[in-house]
Amino acid sequence: MTIKSEPFVVNVGPQHPSTHGVFRLRLTLDGEKIVDADMVMGYLHRSMEKLAEERTYTQNIPFTDRTDYLSAMTGNLAYVMAVEKLMNVEVPERALWLRTIMAELQRIASHAMAVGIFANDCGAWQTPVMHMFRDREKILDLFEMACGARLTLNYMRIGGVSKDIPVEWMPQAQRLLKELPDRFAEYEDLLLSNEIIIARSRGIGTLTPEQATAYSVSGPMLRASGVAWDVRKADPYGAYDKVDFDIAVGRNGDVYDRFVVRLAEMRQSLRILQQAFERMPAGPVHARLGTATVQPWGQAVAPLAYRPPVGEAYARIESPRGELGYYIVSDGGPAPFRFHIRSPSFINLTPLKLMSVGMTVADAIVILGSVDIVVGEVDR
Amino acid sequence: MTSFFLKGEWYDFRDLGNPVGGLLHDIDKIAPHWVVYVVASLIGTGGIVLWGVLSCLAFIWIERRVVALMQNRKGPNRVGPAGLLQPVADALKLLMKEAITPRAADKIVFWAGPVLIFVPALAVFAVIPFGPKMTLADLNVGVLFLIAIAGINTPAVFLAGWSSNNKYALLGAMRTIAMLISYEIIQVLALLGPVLLVGSMRLGDLVGWQDHYNTWIFFIQPVGLMAYIFAGAVETNRSPTDIAEAESEIVAGYHTEYGGIKFGFFYQAEYLAGFAIAAAITTLYMGGYTLWGAEKYIPSWIIFLGKLYTVFFIYIWARGTLPRLRIDQLMAFAWKFLLPIMLVNTLVVGGEVLIWRENDISDVTALTLIGLVNFFFGAALVIGWARFLGHGRGRQVGRRALLTQEVGAVYFGAETSS
Repeated sequence: MTIKSEPFVVNVGPQHPSTHGVFRLRLTLDGEKIVDADMVMGYLHRSMEKLAEERTYTQNIPFTDRTDYLSAMTGNLAYVMAVEKLMNVEVPERALWLRTIMAELQRIASHAMAVGIFANDCGAWQTPVMHMFRDREKILDLFEMACGARLTLNYMRIGGVSKDIPVEWMPQAQRLLKELPDRFAEYEDLLLSNEIIIARSRGIGTLTPEQATAYSVSGPMLRASGVAWDVRKADPYGAYDKVDFDIAVGRNGDVYDRFVVRLAEMRQSLRILQQAFERMPAGPVHARLGTATVQPWGQAVAPLAYRPPVGEAYARIESPRGELGYYIVSDGGPAPFRFHIRSPSFINLTPLKLMSVGMTVADAIVILGSVDIVVGEVDR
Repeated sequence: MTSFFLKGEWYDFRDLGNPVGGLLHDIDKIAPHWVVYVVASLIGTGGIVLWGVLSCLAFIWIERRVVALMQNRKGPNRVGPAGLLQPVADALKLLMKEAITPRAADKIVFWAGPVLIFVPALAVFAVIPFGPKMTLADLNVGVLFLIAIAGINTPAVFLAGWSSNNKYALLGAMRTIAMLISYEIIQVLALLGPVLLVGSMRLGDLVGWQDHYNTWIFFIQPVGLMAYIFAGAVETNRSPTDIAEAESEIVAGYHTEYGGIKFGFFYQAEYLAGFAIAAAITTLYMGGYTLWGAEKYIPSWIIFLGKLYTVFFIYIWARGTLPRLRIDQLMAFAWKFLLPIMLVNTLVVGGEVLIWRENDISDVTALTLIGLVNFFFGAALVIGWARFLGHGRGRQVGRRALLTQEVGAVYFGAETSS
């Protein structure tokens, strides 16, 4: 007698403890084995790209905080770089360095979160997350000192940054910089050679370099597949061409390598920060734009309505999740004619089916965790 | 004065069996025998239920505080002094919540699940000796009872998972069945070691043997203890093997659909099962209520509970540290790794006991030799078998990322360059 069996469909999400928001994964299972995986997106769609066409260029900056809400600095940075390209603005030296510093601090905070949540997806009940949050909190404190916000920072401005860092900022940041290597060593001790983490993640969700480039994957995921591609090196922006750092790459392209690459990148960020703290020049932090007003206390404040010349611009940066690009078309008016975000979370998610078919449910969760999506950026 | 306390009169609280015995003796003078029997079982059951519930409440608080310490946070600290009343508040909340039964669920089986899981979790303690006279039922097949009753939670979990009519619950139930059946064997084999050594399945005898030879079976059977601790973690669904209710994968596993007090039953049964495992380890491997003579001065039940809670703490510690295994890895660990090792271990213990009984060897020499042989042979066996299965040193060492300056180069499959 043969027992009749049929595939079994399980919805992972939109309400599920480890979908990192409201992402929905429709798994077709044969026992525990995945035979098909469908991604259903759009539960967090807020129509950002259309909304941005109705706002002025400055008003759009807060939107960019809210796409990738775990890495608001890089969202800001990519957007203002695109507008600066459109307007041909020369950004002062100190502002470039400040942007670099903030982006790297943000990268550490975001990778800490990614690694912690990855361990949580593996089943390490909250401990790595809580330890990583401790350091992330300190970085958020620095952000709060610099711009008053912790999550949705809104720090970058067209032509510079909103304000210079206060005098107390630098000592506190230096203290943090001294602390962090020990902390990272602690995480590496706890997680890197952990037998269970290795068993759970090595050889899981492998992407070859060919597959990764075919799917246009970027960021730590691409580097874990062994491709040494980093926009900070390939197309330097900010002050990245003036600092010395390495690209961390993996060898196997599996989940474990993605996690290892993130840990290594946190250390490289520290290297960049160290150099930036030593070499950051004094000076203005905001370009004197034609229409900018200078406040009584000497800071340039951007007006609400810039009118860039007709044209289009694309600026890309290396966000913690990958290559983040903003494409902006201007028709000469106060608001962008077209506003498009190339969001790394969304594009890195596309090979999910390729990676998870043939694996088990437990693997699918770990693979999804290794992509490190932010649903706000996937759906915009 | 000391001799006065050591006589073991009814008012001697070092063993709570004494006052109960005194009371029963008095009842026996004025009432028929069956009354004594009923009163004795009522006192015993009531005592165990009371202790079980209170211990659960206490350990909910302890676990949350300890894990919080491991995680750089404070844990519950608002309800009552230092948050001590938090479990009480949680229990009240669970009691007052609406008991929802999903429309698609099989109503009777859905109700039966929590009851079936809770009763055996308590019944296990009937054979556990909390003190010399503090065993509710001193069965001569105590070890068998321990395994059999603890095994009832397998069908209970499956009933809960199946009747919920929920896919996560079904996945959790399937995982539980596979896991528990595999690890039941390991558990039996791990308990067989002490039984072979002692030659009795009565838990009181096992404790008495360890007291008599002034040693713990822990020192004589290290491999068995390790296997039992791990199998116990599987049995009670605790980290790193909380696969049946893997929160990040299948939401809450077999009790996804349960809320209110029905969930409370599952929650408490999980703790009670954990205590039962810890109690078995304490009794069989760690000398039960004895502590090398100290039991003359310290109440034996305090010694027993102290050991029990210490063992239970290992599980809390693991929960705060370790990630979760995958179901196939866990099964492979049971069948490929633990089962052969435990079989060999049983064989070795049997042979040793045979040699000891047949020849005229003094007990101290024999036990020392057995302990040393088991320790080194066990270590060699575990390491050798792990190597044989391909888990030798080198593969576990985490490889760090390569660092490069060369943009666009591909390092896929590159070997480690030092």
